[in-house]
Parts: sequence; C-alpha cells; structure tokens
Amino acid sequence: MSYTIEGSTGTWEIVCGLEVHAQVISRSKLFSGAATDFGAAPNTQVSFVDAAFPGMLPVPNRECVAQAVRTGLGLNAQINLVSRFDRKNYFYADLPSGYQISQFEHPIVGRGEIEIELADGSVRTIGITRLHLEQDAGKSMHDQDPSRSFIDLNRCGVALMEIVSEPDIRTPEEAGAYLRKLRTVLRYLGTCDGNMDEGSMRADVNVSVRHAGEEFRTRCEVKNVNSVRFVMQAIEAEAKRQVEVWESGGQVVQETRLFDPARGHTRSMRSKEDAHDYRYFPDPDLLPLVLEPEWVEDLRAKLPELPDAKRARFISAYGLPAYDAGVLVAEQIVADFFETVARGRDARLAANWITGDFFAALNRTGKGIEDSPVSAANLGALLDLMADNTINGRIAKDVFEAMVETGAAPGEIVEQRGLRQVTDTGAIDAAVEAVLAANPDKLAEFRGGKEKLFGFFVGQVMKAMGGKGNPALVNAALKARLG
Amino acid sequence: MMLTEFTIAAARDALRGKQISAAELTMAHIEAIAELNPRLNAFITVTDEQAALQAARADQAIAAGQARPLTGIPLAIKDLFCTQGVRTTAGSRILENFVPPYESTVSARLLHDGAVFLGKANLDEFAMGSSNMTSAFGPVESPWKRSGGSNAVLVPGGSSGGSAAAVSARLAMGATGTDTGGSIRQPAAFCGLAGIKPTYGRCSRWGVVAFASSLDQPGPFARTVQDCAILLGSMAGFDPKDSTSIDLAVPDFEAACRRGVRGLKIGVPREYRADGMPAEIERLWQQGLDWLRDAGADIVDVSLPHTKYGLATYYIVAPAEASSNLARYDGVRFGLRADGQDLTELYEATRAEGFGEEVKRRILIGTYVLSAGYYDAYYLRAQKVRALILKDFTDAFTTVDALLTPTAPSAAFAQGEKMNDPVAMYLNDVFTVPASMAGVPAMSVPAGLDSQGLPLGLQVIGRPYDEETVFAVSQVIEDSAGFSAKPALRAGGGA
Repeated sequence: MSYTIEGSTGTWEIVCGLEVHAQVISRSKLFSGAATDFGAAPNTQVSFVDAAFPGMLPVPNRECVAQAVRTGLGLNAQINLVSRFDRKNYFYADLPSGYQISQFEHPIVGRGEIEIELADGSVRTIGITRLHLEQDAGKSMHDQDPSRSFIDLNRCGVALMEIVSEPDIRTPEEAGAYLRKLRTVLRYLGTCDGNMDEGSMRADVNVSVRHAGEEFRTRCEVKNVNSVRFVMQAIEAEAKRQVEVWESGGQVVQETRLFDPARGHTRSMRSKEDAHDYRYFPDPDLLPLVLEPEWVEDLRAKLPELPDAKRARFISAYGLPAYDAGVLVAEQIVADFFETVARGRDARLAANWITGDFFAALNRTGKGIEDSPVSAANLGALLDLMADNTINGRIAKDVFEAMVETGAAPGEIVEQRGLRQVTDTGAIDAAVEAVLAANPDKLAEFRGGKEKLFGFFVGQVMKAMGGKGNPALVNAALKARLG
Repeated sequence: MMLTEFTIAAARDALRGKQISAAELTMAHIEAIAELNPRLNAFITVTDEQAALQAARADQAIAAGQARPLTGIPLAIKDLFCTQGVRTTAGSRILENFVPPYESTVSARLLHDGAVFLGKANLDEFAMGSSNMTSAFGPVESPWKRSGGSNAVLVPGGSSGGSAAAVSARLAMGATGTDTGGSIRQPAAFCGLAGIKPTYGRCSRWGVVAFASSLDQPGPFARTVQDCAILLGSMAGFDPKDSTSIDLAVPDFEAACRRGVRGLKIGVPREYRADGMPAEIERLWQQGLDWLRDAGADIVDVSLPHTKYGLATYYIVAPAEASSNLARYDGVRFGLRADGQDLTELYEATRAEGFGEEVKRRILIGTYVLSAGYYDAYYLRAQKVRALILKDFTDAFTTVDALLTPTAPSAAFAQGEKMNDPVAMYLNDVFTVPASMAGVPAMSVPAGLDSQGLPLGLQVIGRPYDEETVFAVSQVIEDSAGFSAKPALRAGGGA
C-alpha cells in the first residue's frame, strides 16, 4: 500500500529501518548467574559480575546463545558459527563496568528476512541485516530523592537481542506489521515475551525521506519507542519534519531524536558531533563464540512450527480462508486453542465460533484466552452437541452465553436447563396443529398462494416449542401438513 | 638452620617429619616481617593473626595425617589477588579500603592446599610499572645492595616488587605474582629469585584485579625452581569462571624439574642481542648456553624477526585493555568516592584523586589508541603484529624445545633512576614482553651476579602448555649456576 508525503517540491517517500531490542527469555543473565525476573525488589538480582567488582569475569550463558540461534533460525537467517563479543565503552552510573558487552563486528546471526502482510492482502519481504547479543544496562532512578539518584542493577547484564532490519520499510503501516510479525515470531520461538509495555521489546527507528528513485538521504534515529502505535506515529512525525526541513532549503542532520507521544513530534537528543566515541574493541575476557554445526542443527530440528507455516497448514489442512487462518495464528495460544477445538470436528465452524462469538465474549468480559471461562474442550463439546443434533444452532448461542457466565460444560447446561432439541415427531406434529389452529387467517392466505408465509409458520412452531424443535423436522412436518 | 632459610620443598618434608611445626615456621616469618617490613615496605597488609590461625590448623592437619601439598607453608599474596575479608588494594588509592567478599581462584587453590597467608604484597599501582615505584602505598626497597658499601636504595623490580622483595628477604617462602609484560620475571631477576609466568590460561584470572586481560597471568615466586614448580602445581588448573582458562590437566611440574635437558634443542634468538647490552649480561647468557650444552642440550640459533616490535605493540594493547578495565573504578559502588555536583564531576574527582600518574598515563594512551580514527592505525595494527610475534614463536618451536635469553637488560637500578623517562622505564620489559604477547610460558632463573654484586637472571621460554620443559631447563641452569648469594637485608641477616 503506497504511502507518500506530498510536498511543495513533489512527492516524498519514507525510508525506514528498525533496530529492535528484544529481551531474551532465560533464567539467568548473559554473563552471570543472577536471575532475570521482572519486577523484583531493586538490586536483589545482582551478582558481583553484574556490579563489575574487581577481578570478576563474564562467562557466556549457553541458554542465551541458544535463544539467539533459535531466533536467527526463526528469521530464516544465516547463523554465524564464529562470532565475537566486543566492548562498547562509555561512562554511566547504571553501567557498572564502564562498558557494555555487545557484538559489533561479528554478530551471531547474519542476514535473514521476515514476510509481512498488509491490510490490502499484499505481502512484502523485509530484510534482516543482523541479530546480535548484548547486555542490558541497569536503571537510574532520579525521582526517589531530591538531591540524589539511585541505581537498580537488576536489569544490568540481562541478555538482549538487537535485531536490525534493512531500510526496506516504506510506510508506517509496514513498520507496524513488521513489529507485530517479529513479536509473533519471537513469542512462537519462546525467545522473547514481546511485552513492549514492560520494556522487554523496544525499538529504535531510523527514518529518512527521498523523492522516488533518489539515493538515500541523511537519516535520523528515533530512540526507544515502546509501542507499535508510537513507532508508526514517530515515523510519520519524523518524516513530515524532514520533508519540511528539506523543502525549506535546510539540511537534515544525522542525529539521535526522541519521540514525544503527547505532542506527536520528535525532538533532538544529541547530534552527531557530541555522539559518544564508544571505542569498540574485542572483549579480551571472552574467547570468540564458536558454535558446533550439530548443535545448531539440533536447535533447528526442535524449532516449533512458526506462524507462516502454521497459517499455510491451517489453509490446506482445515480449508480455512486465508484471513481467518491469519487471525488464528497471530498468537500461538489462539492457534493451539483452535486446533484443540477443530480436531475431529468441522474446522471452519470451529474457526467461525472462535473468531466470532468466542473473541467477542473475551472482549466483553475483558479476559484473555489464557483465563477464558470457556475452555477449548468445552467449546468443542458445544460443537459436538450441535453436530449430533442434541441442540440446534440457535440454542447453541444461548448455551455459549451460559458457558461464558458460569464456566460450566455445555452438556451440563443443556441438561440443567432442558435445552435438548425436540426430535419427537409426535410433539412436533402437535405443535404444528396448534399453530395452524391459532392462525386460520394466515393459513387461508398461504393456501391462497402467499407461500412465503411458510417461514412464518416455522417461526411460530419453533417459538411454541421454546426454540428447541429440530429445525429440519419442523420443516418436514409443516411441509407434509401444508403439502 | 634458620626457619626462614628453608626452601618450600625442605620445609614440606620437615613439617611432615615433625622436625618443625607450622606454627613456629609461620611465627619465624611473622617476626621477620615485623623486623624488616617497616624498611622494605614489601607488604601493604600483614595478616599475622590469620596466619597464626592457619598455621595452627596446618599443624592439626599434619598431626591427623591429612597434610596437603602446601600445608603450613607461609606465603605472600600479591595485593592484586582478591582475598575474602582481607583488604585488597591493587596498590591504588582508589581501592584503599576495598575488602572483597570473595576469594580469587588462585588464592583459594593455595588455601585449599594448606598454605598460610602472611599478608598482601606491595606492587606497582594496578600492576603498572617495572620498579614498584608507582604504588600508592609507597615504594618497595630491594633487600639487595650494591657491593662496596653503597647506600643506594635499589628497586625490587615490578610490578610484583613486594612479592619478590618478601621472598628474597626471607619474609615469605614463596609468593604469588602476576605477569602482564614481565611483572614476575623482571622482579625475580632483580631479586635473585625463580619466577615463572605460565602459559596464558594456565592459572585462572578470576578474582585477580585486571590490568590487561589478554596478557595478565598469575604465577609464583620462590627461591628455587623446584619451589616454583610446587607452587604452580597448586595455583594452576581449569576454572569455569574464567572463559580464557585452559581445560587441561595440571602436569606434575615438580617431577618435570628432574628431567634434564639431554637431547633438547635450545634456541638462541638472535634479535635479543640488543645494541648496548651490557657485556656482563652478554657473558652470562653465553655462560647459560654453555651450561645447557654441557648438560647435553643442542644450542641452535633461531630468529624471532618481530621481536623489535614487541614493546611498541605491548604499549598499545596493554593500555587499551587497561583503559577499559579500569572504567569500573568510578566511585559509584565501591572504593574511593570523591563527591561532585553531578555524575561527571563525581567521576572526574574520584578518578583524579584515586589514580596515580602512571595509571592515568596508561588510561590516556589506551583511550587514545581505541578512539575513532586511531583504532586501525594503533590497536588493530598492534593486534596484527601480535599475531606475527606469536607466529615467530610458533615457527621457532618447530625446531627448538625452548629458548634462552636474558630476563632484563640490566640489574636492579636505584630508586630515582629512570624515573623521569617513562620510555626508559618501559625498556625494562624488552626481553619479557614478547613471551607475554605470545602467551607462552617463560621463567626467570637467577644465574649470577653483576660486577656490583647484584643478581642477574636468565629467561627460559617454552612452548604453549609446556611448562614442564621450562622447569627442566631452568633446573639445569639453577644447578649449574649454584647461585648462593643472599641479599644484604634478610631475616636474621643483620643490617
């Protein structure tokens, strides 16, 4: 979907690349044994290594390395069997060692790609430049005391994956789709929880603008944007700003900027001139990271089914429409829920129920699928009750609402409330007679040629039976009687 | 014999044979420290009470027949090794009151093997120096004197100057040191001791205050080659907490000392014949080669063509790593804090007050060589040259089993000499730095005295992980030299 900015000098397009910092799911930190739980009391998850005490040395955490490799495999990326850790040197109070251990020249993961789908159904491929492992810093707290700052080192040393995209993104929508897709893949892989509001996924956004067909112009980096919506807004705001600068005869200068969501604009944080000189050099405390090809292949073999593959399978194996399949695979837990319901049943009906009544109920009750009152087994049982004619589709809606309210199994609700469908032809015939007797005028009209009144009689019979009549049998009985 | 004159090997036997007790052995050293340390300043911190307790436990272990390799042996620990509950300063004002809550791997291994710790030995600040003049706790005086009644106060060498002075003056039977560019071998040579820098990775660096991580390597000092072998046997070994430590079994170094050199090829690197080398050092070197030849070795000329770049590359790589390693001393979490109005002032005041001149000089050099625009010309090029230096050694070791060189270009100099010219000071390391850059094991052995009666050392350099051959060659030199000179200042020695 094209997105351009019309300026006084012509049409501008956006060029955008994202650097996503994704916190690795692991029990301990990248180079120390300290725990990584979110929300612990300040400075309770800090080892002497994290606090950079004299003589302390980093030792790479194998699980963090495995998580980076899994992520690389999930992004169809090249896994570099030899990579290296470098030191990025700068002074800050929440960076105890005075350097961050990162991977500068030789990242663990090289080129890969992600497919994104846009609202108009079109598909684009966004290139991944690289993924590297690095340490997070601690947290400075400036609001605890009037004159002093406090430091919490719990987060210090936690493993991050920095995932850098190619400058392939052309619209805010693509940026949003890229972030959401990346988050979905990370969650499927179990390598990052993707919770942007807790800061476990953050994005730096590189933006430039150009006239179509031009070389890239100077870019600016908008740092630490913490929601998909803000990323899209930041790109739009920054691109507009740059167009204005260029068109007013100015020059966009390469700099780091911050997005202010309240005002909807970006502002300068620091320019290239006072950028840090990070003095990167290979960390002499760590040997090059060498991976065994067999180990990588073992991780590959154990990868879960990823969203693209799952979506294709849902389409081919269950006959789902592409859109429904896309909705169902967006979250692994939803996909699993669907498969539990659909297994051995009418899969399209299952998909309709989940994307329709079930999602609506979750929305209404403000619950997530993980604490849904309706379990996959119970929703499946409801479908079974329809399939074996225990209840009809209309009653099923009522039973479902009762399930949302009480969390009870559908069979129980049907029995307790006497909702079982009536298939006794005697009872149906009796109801038909009663309805015809009560509506002689309508019957006369019908006989006189007004055949669409047949529907009226069906409705009246169903109503008389409290909705429990088997619709097919009611139809048949009426047809026979009105012949 | 005086208890302070025992070698570690002899004391070990005497302790097990109950001829002496660990308590009296330790007490003899504590008394020697009390007598001489006020003058020599070899120890920054003396842990006499802890030592007495450890000695008492050693006697119990011996009585119970549970003696370990070093049970009851009193040692000095360079104050760069973190010792749990005992102040560890790195010779710096910035760590003046730092008490580590952990024990370095090497010192923990020594304790596990029964050693008694007498205290923390003085050193150049953060191990940066070749004279022990840069310590924030004052210089160490060498126990040696020039002959003819000279009163000149000599340096013990550095950076492990306190360790060398303590062992030489009989204040300790052995000591730990660390060697980054010669910090064990040069003071060993100056003080008439044996001292070995093992292969990089042989001893764990965990808990050792870092100077230059890719070069730092712990090792022992002692008065004999065999004693060094005993100490290294306890210090060495794989440590999963140090990613650069080698996962190799520790050989029987002590047994290796008795191997002899028959059939070994000993290389003489021609590039070590530096211009202006004092004739007596040249003569001693030749003497060493003759001893080895007499003992059955073949002497072979070899070339280490990149030797001349060793010092220059060392003074890029080591300060670069140091500038980063020392960033953690910022006054925020431990050590000295000099307050300021904001964070930048806090950093500036703390580091200005906490670091000495030499440390500041190296931080500046290191920061410069890593800076944007200079990295390729300095750091990257130095790394390339470093690879060539390693290749020199690798090539040489295809034809020879070990190399013999002088340890230092001169005997000990006096305090005040060479002090105004950092580069002249750096030249002390010219023969020791190449082995550090290559990570290969190298040992200094006392081989003779200069015309002024000061010790001179020869350096034996071996293949990576082949400390055994280094010990075997060193032992032959020690036996042939029959070095028996003692320093003027020593326990029971008067003066």
